[in-house]
Amino acid sequence: MKPMKTLAVVGTLLAATFLTTISSEARTLRWARSGDALTLDPHGQNEGPTTALGQHIYEALTERDHTGKLGPSLATSWGVVPGDPTTWEFKIRPDVRFHNGATLTADDVVFSYERAMQPTSDFKGYLSSVESVTKVDNLTVRIKTKGPNPLLVNSTTSIYIMNKAWAEANNATKAQDFKSKEENFAVRNAMGTGPFTLVSREADVRTVMRRNEAYWAKSSVPLEVSELVFVPIKADATRVAALLSGEVDFVQDVPVQDIERLKGAPNMRITSGAENRTIFFGMDVASADLKGDNVQGKNPFADKRVRQAMNMAINRTAIQRIVMRGESVPTGVIMPPFVNGWTKELDAAPPTDVARARALLAEAGYPQGFSTTLHCPNDRYVNDEGICQAAVGMFGQIGIRVNLVSQSKSIHFTLIQKNPPETEFFLVGWGVPTYDSDYIFSFMYHSRQGSRGSWNATGYADKDVDAMIQSLSQEIDIPKRDATIAKLWAKLKDETIYLPIHHQALSYAMKSNLDIPVDVANSPKLKMVSFKGS
Amino acid sequence: MSSSPGAAAAKPEPSRSMLARMRDSDIWHSFTRSWITMIAALITFVLIFSAIFAHQIAPNDPFNLASLSLLDGGKPPFWSPDGEWRFPLGTDQQGRCVLSSILFGMRISLIVGFLGVVLAAVIGITLGLVSGYLGGTVDSVIMRIADVQLTFPAILIALLIDGTMRALVGTARSEVLVFWVLVVSIGLSFWVQYARTVRGSTMVERNKEYVQAARLIGLGRITILFRHVLPNVIGPVLVIVTINMALAIITEATLSFLGVGLPPTEPSLGTLIRIGNEFLFSGEWWVVIFPGLTLAALVLAINLLGDWLRDALNPKLR
Amino acid sequence: MLAFILRRIGQAILVLLTVALISFSLFRFVGDPTQQMTSQDTTLEERLQIRKNLGLDDPVVVQFARFIGNAARFDFGVSYQNRQPVAKLIGDRFPATMELAFASAMFALLVGIPMGVYAGLKPNSWLARLFQTVSLVGISLPTFLIGILLIFIFSVSFGLLPSFGRQGVVNLGFWTTGFLTWEGIRSLILPSITLGLFQMTLIMRLVRSEMMEVLRTDYVKFAKARGLTPRAVNYRHALKNTLIPVITITGLQLGSIIAFAIITETVFQWPGMGLMFLQAVQTVDIPIMSAYLLLVATLFVLINLIVDLLYALVDPRIRLSGKAA
Repeated sequence: MKPMKTLAVVGTLLAATFLTTISSEARTLRWARSGDALTLDPHGQNEGPTTALGQHIYEALTERDHTGKLGPSLATSWGVVPGDPTTWEFKIRPDVRFHNGATLTADDVVFSYERAMQPTSDFKGYLSSVESVTKVDNLTVRIKTKGPNPLLVNSTTSIYIMNKAWAEANNATKAQDFKSKEENFAVRNAMGTGPFTLVSREADVRTVMRRNEAYWAKSSVPLEVSELVFVPIKADATRVAALLSGEVDFVQDVPVQDIERLKGAPNMRITSGAENRTIFFGMDVASADLKGDNVQGKNPFADKRVRQAMNMAINRTAIQRIVMRGESVPTGVIMPPFVNGWTKELDAAPPTDVARARALLAEAGYPQGFSTTLHCPNDRYVNDEGICQAAVGMFGQIGIRVNLVSQSKSIHFTLIQKNPPETEFFLVGWGVPTYDSDYIFSFMYHSRQGSRGSWNATGYADKDVDAMIQSLSQEIDIPKRDATIAKLWAKLKDETIYLPIHHQALSYAMKSNLDIPVDVANSPKLKMVSFKGS
Repeated sequence: MSSSPGAAAAKPEPSRSMLARMRDSDIWHSFTRSWITMIAALITFVLIFSAIFAHQIAPNDPFNLASLSLLDGGKPPFWSPDGEWRFPLGTDQQGRCVLSSILFGMRISLIVGFLGVVLAAVIGITLGLVSGYLGGTVDSVIMRIADVQLTFPAILIALLIDGTMRALVGTARSEVLVFWVLVVSIGLSFWVQYARTVRGSTMVERNKEYVQAARLIGLGRITILFRHVLPNVIGPVLVIVTINMALAIITEATLSFLGVGLPPTEPSLGTLIRIGNEFLFSGEWWVVIFPGLTLAALVLAINLLGDWLRDALNPKLR
Repeated sequence: MLAFILRRIGQAILVLLTVALISFSLFRFVGDPTQQMTSQDTTLEERLQIRKNLGLDDPVVVQFARFIGNAARFDFGVSYQNRQPVAKLIGDRFPATMELAFASAMFALLVGIPMGVYAGLKPNSWLARLFQTVSLVGISLPTFLIGILLIFIFSVSFGLLPSFGRQGVVNLGFWTTGFLTWEGIRSLILPSITLGLFQMTLIMRLVRSEMMEVLRTDYVKFAKARGLTPRAVNYRHALKNTLIPVITITGLQLGSIIAFAIITETVFQWPGMGLMFLQAVQTVDIPIMSAYLLLVATLFVLINLIVDLLYALVDPRIRLSGKAA
């Protein structure tokens, strides 16, 4: 094509971009990420993209801002009822209207909580400690728990409130049941109180939402987007291309290697920040002998010195700089910084020291090292396979020869969760939706019993640790509870059953007239968007 | 393959075998006459040679993860200001020498492609000849198997074989296992094309005078099929073989796109392109351009050789 | 003729059953669907319970029988991920894939056949050599790379064509089409070139080699000797004779087009069955996987039947009975 024509086309595009910037009322935000929401049902799927889309239509009693700080939403205040540590009371915001005009009452809240506790709901785990939810008056709800639960309010951010009458009229009083042949009405329709109302939805194509002009918080949030269009674009390169060509305005899941280039592109802005997720290796410290190694009759991982040597072999800053292109925060603990219990001291990682690591290995009886097999997912975390490859090289430098097996998440995580686990050395990442250490202890350090320790594939089991972890869920004296958490971390960090690598960072790319901060839960709140330069 | 009533008369006498024709000086003559073919042959030879002697030629060992240093990652080719002679064509993000990866990767790709295509051709030609010649129930059964087979893209066959192997061998799968999974997947997903094409031609050929004559003088079925019918239906097969060789290498790349290809720790040319593809927008063009150019050159050269070979071997064009 | 068709339909049903059985035996190896259906804090017991409820722990034969029984009533179950009936999901996406496949097959035929004819008629001209060589470059790179390069050139650098999605779709009630609007056709261009490039090369090369062969046969020489115009000889006699292999290959390639649509649809976020299938494989969404495979199998069997019938029409010497001569 002729250069003149190219210029003309580019000119037209620029003009179009410019025009959308200055026109004041109709402002469309086209938002892309790698995966679509799976359903619009507020209790159907507890999965990242699903809840991130859902929060624009539905709201919960409380919400977290982009830094993870908890604040009021549909509830104005809450607290444990004095004299009864097992009951919480929530005051509901008056004069909130659903998109169909109905007023929010305690009945809708009770209905939604009961819906979320049913077997077909994917959110029942958050409410497993709840015994009953009752209405006190039109704007007051009480939640009774099976025992004292000091952290119940943390779960309320995830339970979206839907209109009871609407759900009943449309036969959607339960989340989709697989045995039912009928499609649940709530899968593709929605009735919430959120800042946007649903206009149309085509799964894997686009979801269009319009601004809720009667939004209760209209005066306190910008709410400048009049039309929100969400498009999933699975292929990384295509997603970046769509942003560069101006077909979308805002992109999540930006490949880390493209960030530099996007930063240099005109009219582009990149925002970065830590995500609520830590990446680490785990290993089998309990079995008498490993199947995937070359050491007979012994388990090298059972020796703490071996684990410490491996921890020292990892060059975290090199992984951060080269594999992650700076988009990570190296760490020495498997706990994201927003979580209750996190301290700077815990976060410090041991310095990389190959000589000392070799000495420790020799001391443990492996002067020549040993060989083992590492399992790694290749489609779950940012550059997960690259992290594993880099680590294999680093372990090689201290004489541990690692055979790398990387595979899809649906196979990888099954290996970890099987009982007994089918992996002896693995990569995993852990996010903490409750923002409390208890969540990490219960799943990653508690021995495998009942619902606890389900992700602890290391075989680590310590009676004292188990007892302390269990005490956390009952303890309502917060300072005392925090002391137990600190004690647990001090012991567990020293045990080194996991080798922490980094907190994963997130980056959003957008046109430069936008400035959307990274949300720690990777769930950007687009009611907060304001267009600059207008 | 396609024919007309008059075509049968142009057939060479059935006793001349393919090998005999290969030795015919006409072939050599047509080879030396076409400069494109000679260049293609030279490129193919150089690439295959450097793949075979990768150990001797490659400046670095790209497969030994322990010898890699992340600090060498993302280096540009030597002529750039930041480039180093240690890595003539630069390094990828893991610090792996791109030139060495290409040499070793090409070796893997060639072997996977070659073995896969040979397997496919042997299965496909045999079944196609039998099916087209015998017809009837045998034909129906073979063609129905082909239908079933066709519904499974190579991608799925690889998943199936990979899954079955893993169930049999356990989760600790080695590169060797993946390698054979790929060969068998390619072999099993490409045979149908040979079978269908050979069958179609054989159905036409079997009614021709020379076949009837051979049957009359009492030659056995196998002799008729492989000595007389095969040379007359092989032309289109060569077109498929050459294109399939390229396709096999590309299928391998696609499979690695889906996570069942050779792992990045032991990359093939296709895996290198798949990984490099993610760096297309990042400015590190050398990670994808060099493997891409190598693959394109290799495929182009093989195809051009195949073109020439087909024309030279085709009895109808002589 | 009728007996032939009936027998082929009987065989077709057998083929479909086999496909369904094979797919069922392979699903067990793809991974555990409950991993993707539940949040990270779901307990092992709950996962096992879900597996049991879904019937995933039943023997393969039992699951298979259940699937066939339901499929016969066009009930393919509910997607594990999207929680929608699979029949509806596939119905929504079927037109997108079919239009993409049709557009790329048209591209392959309309560009491939003329190029092949020209290269066959004038094999030594520079243009024919150019066709021959350039067409090879297009198949020397994997589909996904070609797609991304096209996006890079036409969407990012020049801003001429959309980089993703199916736009300007008109809903006709029973079918959605992108052929009716300029927007729809624009968004179809890059994906169909990406998908059709390989077939175009194959067809071009095939037509060329067939033309070269046919032109040397005695009957074409005879036709020339009779004084027929080169036009009549080339197109009435020669081209017609190259059609059998072209029909076979095009028929076979329709299958490969649908298979490779998986990659193209992923690169261009084309909302077809291939994109849905790939996501289903990654999330182990068994109802979608099995329904997709069964549908694709049905399509293939139909294509095969049509190819066989066309064969018989073009070349009467091939007996429909399929019995040995």
